[in-house]
Amino acid sequence: MMNKDAFKNIAWNGLWRQNTGLVQLLGLCPLLAISVNTVNAVMLALATLIVMAMSNAAIALLRRLIPHEIRIPVFILIVASLVTAIDLLFNAWFHELYIILGIFIPLIVTNCIVLARVEAFASKHNPFAATLDGIFMGLGLLWTLALLGALRELIGGGVLLSGIDMVTPGAEPLRILPETYPGFLLAALPPGAFILLGCLIAAKNWLSENEKRKTQARSAAVALPAAPEEKPAA
Amino acid sequence: MPTPSSPHLREANSISRIMRLVCAALFPGIVVYSALIGPAVLAQIVLASVAALFFEAVMLKLRAMPIRRFLGDYSALVTAWLIALTFPPLSPWWLTVTGVFFAIVVAKHLYGGLGQNPFNPAMIAFAACIIAFPALMSEWPAQGLMLPFEQQLEIIFGFAPRIDALTAATPLDVIKTALKNNALRAGNIQELLMSQNLYGTFAGRGWEWVTMTYLCGGAFLLAMGVITWHVPFAFITSMAAISALCWLFDPGRFSDPLFHLFSGGAMLGAFFIATDPVSGCATPRGRLIFGVGAGILAYLIRVFGVFPDGIAFAVLIMNICAPLIDRYTQPTVFGRRANGRRS
Repeated sequence: MMNKDAFKNIAWNGLWRQNTGLVQLLGLCPLLAISVNTVNAVMLALATLIVMAMSNAAIALLRRLIPHEIRIPVFILIVASLVTAIDLLFNAWFHELYIILGIFIPLIVTNCIVLARVEAFASKHNPFAATLDGIFMGLGLLWTLALLGALRELIGGGVLLSGIDMVTPGAEPLRILPETYPGFLLAALPPGAFILLGCLIAAKNWLSENEKRKTQARSAAVALPAAPEEKPAA
Repeated sequence: MPTPSSPHLREANSISRIMRLVCAALFPGIVVYSALIGPAVLAQIVLASVAALFFEAVMLKLRAMPIRRFLGDYSALVTAWLIALTFPPLSPWWLTVTGVFFAIVVAKHLYGGLGQNPFNPAMIAFAACIIAFPALMSEWPAQGLMLPFEQQLEIIFGFAPRIDALTAATPLDVIKTALKNNALRAGNIQELLMSQNLYGTFAGRGWEWVTMTYLCGGAFLLAMGVITWHVPFAFITSMAAISALCWLFDPGRFSDPLFHLFSGGAMLGAFFIATDPVSGCATPRGRLIFGVGAGILAYLIRVFGVFPDGIAFAVLIMNICAPLIDRYTQPTVFGRRANGRRS
């Protein structure tokens, strides 16, 4: 099957190192348009996750049968049929949410993350690894979108999980900030999505830089175990 | 740094001298404005200045730059004053502070500090706040109704309820609403404006006095060599031209050029905002194009757009174009032909 390191590598790539939203910057159209609140963002990311896992699995299974020259149209056809199924499922189970998400569910077909993972990973790996890659790439997208959606509705209106009753009937959104909070409308508008995504990317880069500096310092300390001038840090 | 060989010419203009002169040029406008509206204007200026110096110091500290030297260049102060003058004078304190935050932290320091910012910080503050809080940013006090100082302070700092009757549509709003409804009860635009006048004769409600002092301040800046004539000249003539065109086309629906030049932020924009040396154009021809574009866009946005005044968005749009304009308007290098070949 696969060893532990390969699994770790796929998971870490999807969740952090090659995060679709923060590093690859793929599929920004749904990312920015749908992330007005957590519920919309999470549901769209879930739909994308399911499509990615299934399309990666399907294409990895068929990878030896698909002629190389026409692989892109074949990939698109497979992804499109899966998205159609998801589209119908959403319409049946979450009809109100389906109306709000609207065109963005069918648009998963054209989402560059799906095609990018199919082309770059699934067509070259075994079905098990490909499915895992689809799931973890989807999870990376999920947490990014959820965080962006939460930030946008929190700053924009002071609530979290608005529209939750469309997913679990009867649930109430959480009001985090007091009623008198005037609401920073900019965060809920498209420019707010760009500004907050920029802040998230900056935070991600900052954390990665810190990590790199730490590992460098550690390897330097290993390389020079007993430099005579250096005193132990006070 | 090694000292270069002689001759040494000292540039008389330092950043801090230019910024001090800009503050001085704004001063008469501030005096007239606060005489008409009340001391709330001064309170806003103090509030914005304190917030700007605070955010500037914090950002300089975070960026590990010498705080004292960069705080002393007065650039944060000029931004703060422009914000205080362009925001409604009775805005709540947190609105002004939010604006200053966007100007100093987002528009200035996140882009690399003074000299690196592609957009005018004060106008970013205005744009961000009018998009985020459209209702509050349109609450201009009805003039001639001057509240006592304590009550103005209470409104700004949120101890007193905001009274809707205190605020009124600006002259620009009045004519825009009339244009939208396409049905003028008062006959035509001129009569409508006359019926609104308290102090003014041609731009409505005292605005003309404030803008005229901005014009004087701008003339002072020109005389001191802080700004060149290109941007204000191009801005004012283009705005006058397009408003005259519309006015001649249908005097009943559009107001005259004099009104447009002396209402809202036109003069402040022409002399103090569009002339920003950092976010504007650097070449002489580029400055003319910048001014013409800003003037026409400001007119179109304030007459046909949704927002009360168009200066901020016009200047920001031209800021985006400034690098491109500069690229295509570079003056001919001495000793070369216009196409760059050696003569």
